Amino acid sequence: MTHPVAIIGVGWSGFRPVTPDVSYKELIYEAAVRAYADAGVDPRRDVDSFVTVSEDFHEGTSIFDEYVPDQIGGAQRPVHTITGDGLHGLAAAVMQILTGRFRVVVVEGHSKASNILTLPHITAYALDPILNRPLQVNPLAVAALEACRYMHESGATREQCGAVVTKNRRNALRNPAAAYGADLRTEDVLASEVVASPLARLEISDHADGAIVIVLADAETARRLSPHPAWIRGIGWANDSPSLESRCWARAVYAERAAAMAYKMAGIGNPVEEIQFAEVDDTYAYKELQHLEALGLCAQGRAGPLTREGATAPDGCLPVNVSGGSLGVGHLLEASGLARVLEVVLQLRGHAGSRQLGDVYTGLAQSWRGVPTTSGAVAVLSNQLGGRES
Amino acid sequence: MTQRIASYPGTALSEEDIERGHVLSVHDQLRADYAWDAGLAIGLYLDGLKAGVILGVRCRRCDRTVVPPRAFCEQCFAPMDAFVPLADVGIVNTFSLCYVTWDVKRIVEPLIPAVIDLDGTSPPAGIMHLLGGVVPDRVHIGMRVRAVWKPARARQGAITDIRYFKPLRRG
Amino acid sequence: MSMRRVAVVGAGMTRFVRRAMETPKELAWHASRMALDSCGLTLNDVGGVCIGSAPDAFDGVHMKGEYLSDGSGAWGKPVMRSYVGGGTGVFLGPHGWYHVASGLFDVVLVVAEEKMSSFYPHAQAAFLTIFDHTTERPLEPNLLWIFALEMNRYMQTYGISKRDIAQVAVKNKRNAADHPCAMLGEANITVEDVLNSEVLAWPVQRLDVSPVSDGAVAIVMAAEGVAERITDRPVWVQGVGWNLDTAYWTNRDLAYPEYVERAARMAYEMAGVREPRKEIHVVEPYDPFDYKELHHLEGLLLADRGKAPELTAQGVTARNGAMPVCPSGGLLGVGNPITAAGLMKVAELFWQLRGEAGARQVPGTPERGLAQAWGDLMQVGTVTILGTQRPS
Ligand SMILES: [Zn+2]
Repeated sequence: MTHPVAIIGVGWSGFRPVTPDVSYKELIYEAAVRAYADAGVDPRRDVDSFVTVSEDFHEGTSIFDEYVPDQIGGAQRPVHTITGDGLHGLAAAVMQILTGRFRVVVVEGHSKASNILTLPHITAYALDPILNRPLQVNPLAVAALEACRYMHESGATREQCGAVVTKNRRNALRNPAAAYGADLRTEDVLASEVVASPLARLEISDHADGAIVIVLADAETARRLSPHPAWIRGIGWANDSPSLESRCWARAVYAERAAAMAYKMAGIGNPVEEIQFAEVDDTYAYKELQHLEALGLCAQGRAGPLTREGATAPDGCLPVNVSGGSLGVGHLLEASGLARVLEVVLQLRGHAGSRQLGDVYTGLAQSWRGVPTTSGAVAVLSNQLGGRES
Repeated sequence: MTQRIASYPGTALSEEDIERGHVLSVHDQLRADYAWDAGLAIGLYLDGLKAGVILGVRCRRCDRTVVPPRAFCEQCFAPMDAFVPLADVGIVNTFSLCYVTWDVKRIVEPLIPAVIDLDGTSPPAGIMHLLGGVVPDRVHIGMRVRAVWKPARARQGAITDIRYFKPLRRG
Repeated sequence: MSMRRVAVVGAGMTRFVRRAMETPKELAWHASRMALDSCGLTLNDVGGVCIGSAPDAFDGVHMKGEYLSDGSGAWGKPVMRSYVGGGTGVFLGPHGWYHVASGLFDVVLVVAEEKMSSFYPHAQAAFLTIFDHTTERPLEPNLLWIFALEMNRYMQTYGISKRDIAQVAVKNKRNAADHPCAMLGEANITVEDVLNSEVLAWPVQRLDVSPVSDGAVAIVMAAEGVAERITDRPVWVQGVGWNLDTAYWTNRDLAYPEYVERAARMAYEMAGVREPRKEIHVVEPYDPFDYKELHHLEGLLLADRGKAPELTAQGVTARNGAMPVCPSGGLLGVGNPITAAGLMKVAELFWQLRGEAGARQVPGTPERGLAQAWGDLMQVGTVTILGTQRPS
């Protein structure tokens, strides 16, 4: 990127299984105030544009973008919504800054999942209304079908998936913001009830409530305002087929393509060498393995064994989901990708407290939009631009 | 466009096509249930309604008092915690005589939604509610109205604890 | 930094109909296919896809952007759905623009689809859920309320009559008689017809309103250097603007759409337009209700406050007038599949500026046009300015 974009502020509130004390507006306001204080900007004066991410049926409100401006300081300003993951929102913000017409752009995502009483029904509503929905299958089955095929082709085992769960929930114990830290054994995971084989209860992330606000700026503004800009060196997003009838069931093709786009922009030829740690989608345990392979961070079929060997633990050669991931932090609906970005930023700044990794300068964040989608995004961030700076 | 394209895609169907089964369709009803956390500001607002009081909130920085209450000022972005009771009297800012229900059923006696600017707000700020106890043709912008509350025992902490607003003077 | 310039190079649309046989994916495909064909491109030429669609509740599909993606040519590609309620269709101008202007994409396919007929028994009921779930929804509001409340306030503030406003419906429905995709073109409609139509929510009557519809529209946008190879008549994006006002709509001045003015000023500044009334030659403001066209012309600074009805009465806004407004027939005449109707306005500018609008062609050789939409709780303004001149 000839004109790099940086993250100069992050703020969050939550993450908790329930948040009955605050409305969604109050939850978001708290995250926004923190992000603006962190970035040293006044949203009413210094922010050129705001991007929010949400889906109507997750809010229980049609045209939910109506209700987003006030709590982020965006009233009477350029504000728009992306119905995507927070990383899609981040991509929209990056593009706006790259046009040269915006200096500071804000991205907001949140989850009030605890307020949705019939979430499985809502998710089922994303299936094709004519071809799939009449079968009345829990949409979790779509993940189970994929897990089955992925494990068949990659050789990944249930024990390896279980190791993802124990690692991430243990990592979450060192993350004060995480909702689901726990010290589990792989046997506990394998012994939990099977929900849709091969998926067992503890391999499925639980939801949490929370909000994340991120402030981005062009290079000049970032250098002026931030002592520790996190440079977005590459960003990419892609879809495979939305149709259950024509998608690839074994590989995360969307993540492969999103990564290719992000790596190309970042000038990364060998991700194994250049990415030091990763925060990847782990909505279901097998997804972390499948995504690591799609991102080219290990060879096909190697993610499972590497996880069992501890290579993806915080002290391994490729720490993955040091935050705890969605399994440990809690799944934050559209804000999930921003939670991955948040951890990468904190690690790059050296602000990750007791879970801080030693001497890291390049990390990757990746998201997936959940069943039944084949939609994902990837961002590569660095705390230094090296020779790439223009 | 117009010169080069002979015909445009898109096939119009009639009600008859559906009713007689000339085309097939799949029917499904969404089960979408939510329990929205009211939070601090709206929680207080609902508590107030249950007690027969309309609560506003004041921003000291912007010197304005607004309703419904909110925990932060959308103009200056400061927190707001000066919750103040407002009069249950106000002025009709605008209104409509509506002859269809929310799900598009025809009705004979119109519903009269209005934006009512409440006394005590500044600059004038309103809420949406219904007018009642008035001949529809007599409703006008600028009319003074007062809240008609449900009996205290019937109130639940909801916007519907106010049945409607009616003219202060006989309309 | 000099900006990367962006042009519209192709467009396509389906007929707008009350109830389409095609599924949402098929409608999106038809429009996309037509837009690509119109400029001789295939999907292989498309780097990314931008989708616009209004509430998921209409189509009855959660995460509708994902569902629509393959119909919109996005299988295997970067795709993003933007959303600003009714403003989305025209927001696709800025959305596609920043994709290309960022340098990340050379060619994007921009698709708007709406299938409102899927909602039973009537799409209007889906709008109940646009109101605040705690402070408003228990009152069981109909969508028409907010328009009626705004229209009444507008009329009262400036002393505007129903007859003044009805002229807009007549103009646009007559214009639509020349549009091959229109569902409501009526060459002989009169002001009396509008004034005698059924009262829905006074002051709103049946013919003041555009109906629910099904349809799709697509355009192709390309970067400078690429656009000129695709067509010898690219139409350039000269300015974009968008602005969202507070959700506390009952605290606002309903007589004037300030968010439209703010969006317009953003777009005018980018386009270098200083005197919009002289420099904008064809206008497609959002007209889901007839008073809205007037309201929006004022917000766009194309008419003085409260004076847009006079321009209409004087014929200034007629297709052969000094400032043609909604020569397409607008939403009142062509139909209102929400986002598709918004993008139709951008497509109309493309056709008008290339002299390809057939019977709808405005006289002279217009060099610059403006499309605008509005959405949410009378809250968001979106503006796209297109022109034949490449921005300097
Ligand atoms: Zn204030």
